[in-house]
Amino acid sequence: MKHILLAFLFAAPAFAQSAPVTLPGEEEVDAYEVSNANAGAKPFESTTMLEAFHGREGISRIVDDLVEQVQKDPRTIEVFRASDFVRLRRTLKEQFCYILNGGCSYTGRDMVKVHEDHGVVASEFNALVELLQDAMDREGVSFGAQNKFLAKLAPMKREVVVR
Amino acid sequence: MLVRLCVAPIVLACAALPAVAQEIETGGKLRLTRGISTIEGQGGGGLTPWALITGDETDRGIGATAHVTAVELPDYSFLSYGVGVGLFDRVELSYTHQEFDTQDVGAALGLGQGFTFGQDVFAAKVRVAGDAVYDQDKWLPQIALGANWKSNDQGAVVNAIGGSDDEGWETYASATKVLLDKSLLLNGTLRWTNANQTGLLGYGGNLNDDHELMAEASIGWLLSRNLLIGGEYRMKPDNLAIAQEDDWLDLYAAWSVTRHITITGAYADLGSIATFDNQRGVYFSLQAGF
Ligand code: HEM
Repeated sequence: MKHILLAFLFAAPAFAQSAPVTLPGEEEVDAYEVSNANAGAKPFESTTMLEAFHGREGISRIVDDLVEQVQKDPRTIEVFRASDFVRLRRTLKEQFCYILNGGCSYTGRDMVKVHEDHGVVASEFNALVELLQDAMDREGVSFGAQNKFLAKLAPMKREVVVR
Repeated sequence: MLVRLCVAPIVLACAALPAVAQEIETGGKLRLTRGISTIEGQGGGGLTPWALITGDETDRGIGATAHVTAVELPDYSFLSYGVGVGLFDRVELSYTHQEFDTQDVGAALGLGQGFTFGQDVFAAKVRVAGDAVYDQDKWLPQIALGANWKSNDQGAVVNAIGGSDDEGWETYASATKVLLDKSLLLNGTLRWTNANQTGLLGYGGNLNDDHELMAEASIGWLLSRNLLIGGEYRMKPDNLAIAQEDDWLDLYAAWSVTRHITITGAYADLGSIATFDNQRGVYFSLQAGF
C-alpha cells in the first residue's frame, strides 16, 4: 500500500504535465500536454545524422541562423512579426535534436496547434525550407543528409500550411 | 451568375470570393519542382511528361513556362518551342510547335533538301492525387492524367509514307515520386497513342492504326538543389511498313541556373528514324518560367 502511494506520488508530476513549459525569458503560453509525439516525426535510429549535423552544437548554430533569417526574409518576415524568438529557438533546437537522435526531449507544442492561427501558405513553407537549406549549407551539412532530414519535415506541410 | 448564386445560406462564401480573387499568387515552388519542358511541351523530363505541374505557382496561384528545345542528330535536326501555364499547381495547359528538318534525307527520299515536318501539340494535364515532394511518409506518388491533341502540317507526305492521319490524340497517366531521403526522383508514364515518331510522321499507319499502351520511365538524382541528372526511356509504337521505329532513351542533366531559368543538356539515342539508323545526338533545352 505504502509502495503504491509512493509510486503515485512520484508518478504525479507526469500526469500534471499539461502545465505549459516556459523557461525564463519566454512569454506565457496556454496549457498543453508535453510529449515527444508533438515533434511530429519519429527520430532517426542511428547517430549518423547527428554526426552529419555536427552534434547539438551544429543543430544550435543551424537553428540560430534560421531564426535570424526568417526575421529578415521578405517572404517570412510578416508571419514571424509577433513571435517569441527565445522560445522558438529553444523549441526548434529541441525538435531538431530529438528528430536527429541527439538525446533531447521535445517540450514544445504540436505542429497543428502551434501553427493553426498563423495562416501559413505553401510558398511560405517553401521559403522556410530554403532558409533552412541555406543554414544547413553554411553549417556544412552534406546535401544527402540535408535531404534525409527534410524528408522527416516535409509531411508536416499538411499540418503547418492551413490555407 | 455569381450574383444570382449569392443567396442567404452561402452569402459568406460569396463575400469571400472577391478576396480570394485578389490573392492570386505567383511563384513559391521549390527549385526544379516545376520540372523542365518536354519536346512536346508538358512539364516533365525531356522526352516524357511527369505528374508535376509546370510553372512556379503553388495551390494559391498561377505560373507559366516557355521553352526552346533543339535536338541535333546525325541526319536530322529538331526544334520545338512553346508555352505552358500552371493553374493552382493542379492544371497544366500547354502549346508547343515542333519542326523536324530532314536535311539531306529529304533530298534522298525525294521530298526536297531540308524538307520539314511541322507539328502543333496542344496539351492538358490534371493532377489527381498525391504530392511528389511533401508526402515523404507515404508510398503514394503524385498522379496526373493528361491528353494531347496533335496536328501535323504535312498530311500529303504522311499519307505517302503509309501514315493514316495528319491529326491525332493521346492520353496518358503519369506518376512521379521524389524519394527525398535518397535524393531521387522517379517517374512512370503510360501513354495511349498511335503517333508515329511522336506524330512527326503522322498518326496510325499501314501496319497498325490503333492506339496502343506505351510505357515510359524517368529517373533523376538530385546532386544539389539546382542540379538533377538522370535518364529516360520512352517506348514507341511501330506503325509504318516503310520504316521501323525504335524506343527512345536519353541521359540528361538539368540545371536550375536561376529561379527562372533551367538549362537541360542530354545525350539522346532516338534509334532509327525514317530508315536512317543510329540517330544519336545532343539535346539542348532552355526553359524560362515563373
Ligand atoms: C516543417 C516545418 C516547420 C517546423 C518543424 C516548425 C516548428 C515550429 C516549432 C517547434 C514552433 C514552436 C513550438 C512552441 O512554441 O511550442 C513553431 C512555431 C511557429 N512557427 Fe513553425 N515550423 C515549421 C514551419 C513553419 C512555417 C513554414 C512557418 C511560416 C512561414 C512557421 C511559422 C511559425 C510561427 C509564426 C510560430 C509561432 C512563433 C511564436 O508565436 O512564438 N512555421 N514552429
